[in-house]
Amino acid sequence: MTERVLLRHVGVPGQEDIETYLRHGGYEALRRALRELSPEDVVEMVDRSQLRGRGGAGFPTGRKWKFVPKDAPVKYLVVNGDEGEPGTFKDRTLLEGDPHLLLEGMILTCYAMGIRKAFIYLRREFYQAYRKLERAIAQAYEHGFLGERILGTDFSCDIVLHPGAGAYIAGEETALLESLEGKRAMPRLKPPYFPAVMGLYNQPTVLNNVETMCCIPWIVKHGPEWWLAQGPPQLYSVSGHVNRPGVIEAPLGTTARELIERAGGVRGGRRVKAFYPGGTSSRPLRAEHLDVPLNHESLAKLGSMLGSGAVIIMDETTDMVQVIARVCEFYREESCGKCTPCREGTRWVTQILDRILHGRGRMEDLDLLESIARNMTGTCFCPLGESVPPSLRAGLEDFRDEFVAYIRGARTPVEMPVRIREGILAPGG
Amino acid sequence: MRLSEATREEIRRLAARYPVARSALIPALLRAQEELGWLPPEAQREVAELLDLPVEAVAEVASFYSLLFTEPVGERVIQLCTNVSCLLNGAEVIRRHLEERLGIRPGQTTPDGRYTLRIAECLAACDQAPCMIVGTERYGPLTPELVDRILFGDGERR
Repeated sequence: MTERVLLRHVGVPGQEDIETYLRHGGYEALRRALRELSPEDVVEMVDRSQLRGRGGAGFPTGRKWKFVPKDAPVKYLVVNGDEGEPGTFKDRTLLEGDPHLLLEGMILTCYAMGIRKAFIYLRREFYQAYRKLERAIAQAYEHGFLGERILGTDFSCDIVLHPGAGAYIAGEETALLESLEGKRAMPRLKPPYFPAVMGLYNQPTVLNNVETMCCIPWIVKHGPEWWLAQGPPQLYSVSGHVNRPGVIEAPLGTTARELIERAGGVRGGRRVKAFYPGGTSSRPLRAEHLDVPLNHESLAKLGSMLGSGAVIIMDETTDMVQVIARVCEFYREESCGKCTPCREGTRWVTQILDRILHGRGRMEDLDLLESIARNMTGTCFCPLGESVPPSLRAGLEDFRDEFVAYIRGARTPVEMPVRIREGILAPGG
Repeated sequence: MRLSEATREEIRRLAARYPVARSALIPALLRAQEELGWLPPEAQREVAELLDLPVEAVAEVASFYSLLFTEPVGERVIQLCTNVSCLLNGAEVIRRHLEERLGIRPGQTTPDGRYTLRIAECLAACDQAPCMIVGTERYGPLTPELVDRILFGDGERR
């Protein structure tokens, strides 16, 4: 694939302005849908496109939409703009680069699902995206793409931009709903009540990621067959030890080696030691897997996952113990504290890793880490806690010698940036 | 510290945007914080009254989110990311530089009340690693020289 789809207009000067967006064919998909397609047609198109959610779990979007009871009197659309998995920045790139694309995708989704009110839950750290979206929403109202009787039809729809306040867990869909309802962002028990059936204010709710929404206008405009013929397009956030970190659009199944090449190669011409294929919640892979197609199936076979498509490249100089400790610290800092395995497990694990990095590790610590990883697997209330074992396992299985080197004193002890410093760090999140 | 009438009016307006007023809690607290710099207990009580919520519900939320400040902070809050992509690109050098130039550790505020330094858990800007947000502006990739320019202006010595 040579042509960009999702990123086609990202980087175009003034793209966040509705006039520029319209000049590039913006809101044509919405016009087409309102003129020629029934809501059911739009749902069918999305289903046939085989679009899978781009928030991390990769669930088929069309199928998710079909879980929503058709005859429910009140339904909501909530867009998850709480991107915060280390290594991921594709949604921010779309939000800052083409905010009307998200709005058009949302309005189309509302039309397809018979929804009157939609929310964008945007993480607080996206100040720039917030300002751009605020303006884009006002423009969409002025042009009659939002509000009452959109483009003269019977379809009406409103979008509310909602800021978060700093909590990674709010990206988990049910925690996001709690947060949107004005509570602490703590995950809800599911099943029985998945958001599609019982979501915001206990009403059926379509919950989709920003990138997922940005795919919808393209699918409606050109059709699912065209969409599939494009690869289908997928955004990868490529960062770490590459010359030109950035968001790369490439077909699903592109290899890490190709992505590194497109990101300008490894810095300093060094060799790759390892990479995270799908953010820090995926199992990091060794360089020997650079040619594995990055798609859901191939990565699952290796015990890893595509997640949100965040590829973090680490060259041969990387200290894997430090990286893995930092990843575990992240989950400790962001644990909401609701369930014991996550709250206690993340703390325990980081204490042990901290001790190892400080040259006070013991060989039996490695067995202990393994046992905690095992005990955290499948026992946490939500995916946050479950994000810790993949890194730990990779560390103990693939990079064990580096842990041993610290324990034996063969490596200079280091201090990690966050660590546990009671009373110094501000609370929260 | 009382909220101004303009802020109180804004909070009422925010509440009207949602089917359930409580949904406006985070936006309302952010609005109050914009005015006061942080969220003293009196401000939390005022927000509770405006949204017709128990004050405990407000305190519970205010204490949970990392960007709601329940203690005073400096005029400008620095959020320095030290997560993996930033770590791989020298975030530690930037952290030490900031600590040295500001004379504080993460979580602390400079004695003159100008800056609060905090460690952020990923700013979703790994393409600009290492990266930080000062106030509402994002900067990166950072070098010690760039940090000095952002905080102290060109050539200015502190």
